[in-house]
Amino acid sequence: MAQAAIELIGINKSFGAVRANRDINLEIVRGTIHGIVGENGAGKSTLMSILYGFYQADSGEVRVGGQPASIKTPNDAIALGIGMVHQHFMLVDNFSVLENIILGAESDALLKKSIVKARSELERLEREYGLEVDPDAIIEELPVGLQQRVEILKALYRGAEILILDEPTGVLTPAEADHLFRILRQLKEQGKTVVLITHKLREIMAITDTVSVMRQGTMVATRETKKTTVEELAELMVGRRVLLRVEKGEADAGGVKLAVKNLTVKDTRGVTMVDDISFDIRAGEIVGIAGVAGNGQSELLEAISGIRRAVSGSVMLDGKPIDLTGAADPGELRDRGLAHVPEDRHHVGLVLAFEENENSILGYHDDPRYLKGPFLNIEAIRNDAKDKIAKYDIRPADCRLKTANFSGGNQQKIVLAREMEQDPGVLIVGQPTRGVDVGAIEFIHKRLIAMRDQGKAVLVVSVELDEIRSLSDRILVMFAGRIVGERGPEATEGELGLLMAGVEHQEAAE
Amino acid sequence: MSTPYAKLPAWADYGLIPLINLFVAFVVAGFVVLLVGENPFRAAVILVEGAFGKGTGIAFTLFYATTFIFTGLSVAVAAHCGLFNIGTEGQAYIAGLGIAIVCLSFDSTLPWWLTFPLAIVAAALVGALWALIPAYLQAKRGSHIVITTIMFNFIAASIMVYLLVGPLKPAASQAPQTRNFLAGAELPKLNWIIELFGAKIRSAPLNISFLLALAMAFLVWLLIWRTKLGYEMRTYGHSPKAARYAGISETRIIITAMMISGALAGMMALNPVMGDQHNVAIDFVSGAGFVGIAVALMGRLHPVGIVLAAILFGMLYQGGAELAFEMPAISRDMIVIIQGLVILFAGALEHMFRPYIQALFASLSPRSVGMEAVKGKGA
Repeated sequence: MAQAAIELIGINKSFGAVRANRDINLEIVRGTIHGIVGENGAGKSTLMSILYGFYQADSGEVRVGGQPASIKTPNDAIALGIGMVHQHFMLVDNFSVLENIILGAESDALLKKSIVKARSELERLEREYGLEVDPDAIIEELPVGLQQRVEILKALYRGAEILILDEPTGVLTPAEADHLFRILRQLKEQGKTVVLITHKLREIMAITDTVSVMRQGTMVATRETKKTTVEELAELMVGRRVLLRVEKGEADAGGVKLAVKNLTVKDTRGVTMVDDISFDIRAGEIVGIAGVAGNGQSELLEAISGIRRAVSGSVMLDGKPIDLTGAADPGELRDRGLAHVPEDRHHVGLVLAFEENENSILGYHDDPRYLKGPFLNIEAIRNDAKDKIAKYDIRPADCRLKTANFSGGNQQKIVLAREMEQDPGVLIVGQPTRGVDVGAIEFIHKRLIAMRDQGKAVLVVSVELDEIRSLSDRILVMFAGRIVGERGPEATEGELGLLMAGVEHQEAAE
Repeated sequence: MSTPYAKLPAWADYGLIPLINLFVAFVVAGFVVLLVGENPFRAAVILVEGAFGKGTGIAFTLFYATTFIFTGLSVAVAAHCGLFNIGTEGQAYIAGLGIAIVCLSFDSTLPWWLTFPLAIVAAALVGALWALIPAYLQAKRGSHIVITTIMFNFIAASIMVYLLVGPLKPAASQAPQTRNFLAGAELPKLNWIIELFGAKIRSAPLNISFLLALAMAFLVWLLIWRTKLGYEMRTYGHSPKAARYAGISETRIIITAMMISGALAGMMALNPVMGDQHNVAIDFVSGAGFVGIAVALMGRLHPVGIVLAAILFGMLYQGGAELAFEMPAISRDMIVIIQGLVILFAGALEHMFRPYIQALFASLSPRSVGMEAVKGKGA
């Protein structure tokens, strides 16, 4: 029998009344790639945090290489050969690659010796695993794919035999993700053990040897990847059958609702983020904007919804111009029937400290329905919130609960309910399902299609290519602030991936 | 899952934890008393008896509390909008000017019940206008409100000194203060309320502005949690980005919130000026604006909490004065140390004991019996 790199036996962890991990048993075989899937809040991150020493289990045993291990801090984990690559990189942006790698592992008071040692060690690692990075490059100048490589190198430099990666592909282009997978396979061949935490089932199928599924704090199944299917895993995660691909009929597009012409937007540093973009959205269609995060999609959404000033260009809503250069008032745009589900629901779309019912009027708090003179009509607001909770199946069904206590999917439903129930002519949605669990994704997609079928113009911006492909009637690809291509929903992932990486664009420019 | 603090029952959150913090503050203060060679238990008894033991003490405690309710509310209103108004001190001080103008003009002709509303308006208006300038600078120029309001405290102090040694001072007087107000600008005392309960009061400055303070506490609650304006302020206070998204004008909300805050600070001046001294003297605010910050924090920015915290600080002021009188080894500065400890434990270290209380509650709660059993096994 193959030797276990890590064994978790009867792990329990509670946060107050919430039992994040219940009686978890897991065995990870040395030299394999082991996937852990589950919805948000299923307890994946908690389990890995216990393994990496961020949290202590309330009970249970961790064995590393067959020996009982007491992991109290990340340093203990590192000493046992466990390395972790976090979803949000833990790098110092203005340090070089080399400086980041030795950070916390300096061997001397003076840096020189550590750096010399690290440089030769780094060269060896890069050769061995095909992880090329310029050791003297500054982190903030590197693309995210390379930054992630630095994170992996950091772990390997500390002698990691077991590498935990938390949602590693969230920020990568398809091509970068493929490269990452090649690296992971190479690590496996060298005898390292890889634990991959993700909610993307396709990745699990593509790269892992074994997959474990978590649901509501428990480990519901462990399967050999070869012997399972995406459908089975999805069902295990959610606890019921799920539709992975939305069913929708042909679009019946009408007249132009929103016309964007030569729009240019700069960010606060004065860098041009949206560069002379033009497109139309018609009634009754969903236009999807694909692209790797940070290519101007956020600024585009903010400019159209009146949150950010545009430098030049025009946006026509129902044939009438929106004053973009004078910072259009988002409230006025709402009155004109433009609803916006922002990308960042935690800081923009919601006030997490508010009760649910208070958030269900955010932006519409001027509506006389919710007011009695200068006072809030608390009863009307709460009744309205209760209606939305019922209609959108928001759980828990408590309009007095603090919004921060809802799960990501339910928070997103709060925003969607608020914006959709105003019956807007145009709906623009940023990252409709970011941080949302599989069950809620299905619900949200169905709602967006329903909006389309009611003749609304819908603009969806998402970094999830699958989502864009399954929702959109037309796909625009953004790269470096420009629209570099328009495709139909039948476009292949490879084709879109190349556009997203700017390949075709660069060739055309040459 | 990622919340560091699990939920506690409301009574523990709002009652038990502040009481524990307060208790610890007094224990540490007790050691300080011990250090100067006095008996801490006797000191505690003197402090509490001084504040609540006799009718006069209670009246004085509530008189001080009145001042702190106004300044605490002022700080809280700004804080709900995400603004740290350190200028309460200066706004209250300069509001004395508004009161002086009203009182000196009308005290010989109008009865108090006509002068009082005029003075309220004048005090609120001057306080609000004094807050308007830093608010405008914050909203339009991005000048940090903490810095500008501190600066405006100094400016207010300088202006008041100039006025009180110059234009406002009666020609023949040596004292840097206005002439004493006549009966038309003296607020009626409320001591009779305490006397209804059988207590005796020699003379104490508790006056009708205490009722005004309570009314303001209610109005602030109404404003923050029941009006559209309050909703907008809270939205901006929690997340300026969400406010922008919701179409709330940053300029308008900052200026409005700061002016309300300034108006409340200004009303504080009514209590000592019209209720007690019957003149505007140099430094009549004497730090009450800064105490307001502690009161607001300790009261968790909620009017009910602020009223309770203000009474606590009123007790420290009144009982502290008695203590300094009874125990010569304990000077005024010692009282300030004790007050500082209360602020330290109840404000800055508010969450110090929270994890332990939570662990205690978790182990008592029936839902986590499993966890407790496991712990037992491990031990």
